[in-house]
Amino acid sequence: MTRSPPEWPDDIFRALRGMDIRQVAYVPDAGHARLLDLCGAEPTMTMVPLTTEEEGIAVLAGAWLGGRRGVLLMQSSGIGNCVNMLSLTRNCEFPLFILVTMRGQAGETNPWQVPMGRISGDVLGLAGVMVHGVDEPGRVGETVSAGGRTAFDGPAAVAVLIAQSVVGIKDFGDQAD
Amino acid sequence: MTRSERYPLRRRAVVESLLADRGDLLVVAGLGAPCWDVTAAGDHALTFPLWGAMGSAALIGLGLALARPARRVLVITGDGEMLMGLGGLATIAVQAPENLAIAVLDNERYGETGMQATHTAFGVDLAAVAAAAGLPVTGTVGDDAGLGAAVAKLRGARGPVFFTIKVRAEDLPPALPPRDGVHLKDRFRRALLGEKEAV
Repeated sequence: MTRSPPEWPDDIFRALRGMDIRQVAYVPDAGHARLLDLCGAEPTMTMVPLTTEEEGIAVLAGAWLGGRRGVLLMQSSGIGNCVNMLSLTRNCEFPLFILVTMRGQAGETNPWQVPMGRISGDVLGLAGVMVHGVDEPGRVGETVSAGGRTAFDGPAAVAVLIAQSVVGIKDFGDQAD
Repeated sequence: MTRSERYPLRRRAVVESLLADRGDLLVVAGLGAPCWDVTAAGDHALTFPLWGAMGSAALIGLGLALARPARRVLVITGDGEMLMGLGGLATIAVQAPENLAIAVLDNERYGETGMQATHTAFGVDLAAVAAAAGLPVTGTVGDDAGLGAAVAKLRGARGPVFFTIKVRAEDLPPALPPRDGVHLKDRFRRALLGEKEAV
């Protein structure tokens, strides 16, 4: 059966363009694959691939010092890599806008994704990041738009956690259905 | 006495020459001694000094350089700080902003914690790492003649530029910049972007 591609990544892209995002810092996740393609084809957006997610917090702080807005894309396991760097965000009250595709939730087939996935929201909250979860594909775009307004008008640190039920379950091909 | 206690270059004088006639240069200073050195050379609204966030200095410089491609960005940091963000050199090499320069003041010690040896004391070569990552202009200098050439490239060569500057291990009185991060961020944006854009 052929399914049409999901539309929520396109909704995110429109929201990011609407808020004048110029730098897209990321460690890739399968859940962000289409969004990364869309942003990569947008001439006003500079794609900044990272070796680890914490780099993105520093890069986007620099972007803000220079008057530009950016977004940080990652999967939930990347949140643990960011913790000390979030002190930069907090001490200086930099705006920070993170879009996280969740792993380790219902249906996860890789147990190594579970520990960080379970504590993602709590870790971000402890580090001073506002967390907005979204678990309906049709509400992703509006949640991203609202989160971006809070981040850049605040300024505030905001993460949108896109549930695994929206992103889909990675299939390793070794499970009996 | 270990090797770096005999290095001829003194860090405060090195930073003074890096920042001489700074004009509209944008500066990011890594935590610890480089931050005190930059402050000793003169606190400035277009300097963003770090009190923490170890490993971030070069990457803040990257984001700033990409945001303002017409302005020269100079990151001044230490060997310990740079070692914590080595992956960032790969990230910088991929972007390759021509206006970004990084100067590492390498005394081969963690100066804020008791002068313990860093990895560079055992031979880890940060400029070689930067060159291997793909930065086009790199080098290591340790005397006045080398410093003069390095400063010229750090201030003017088409980058990204990376220099390791070997400096004497010495414990100097700190010159402290303001601690308030919001103030440091806001004054930088006001000075760079103007009052209207910055708020």
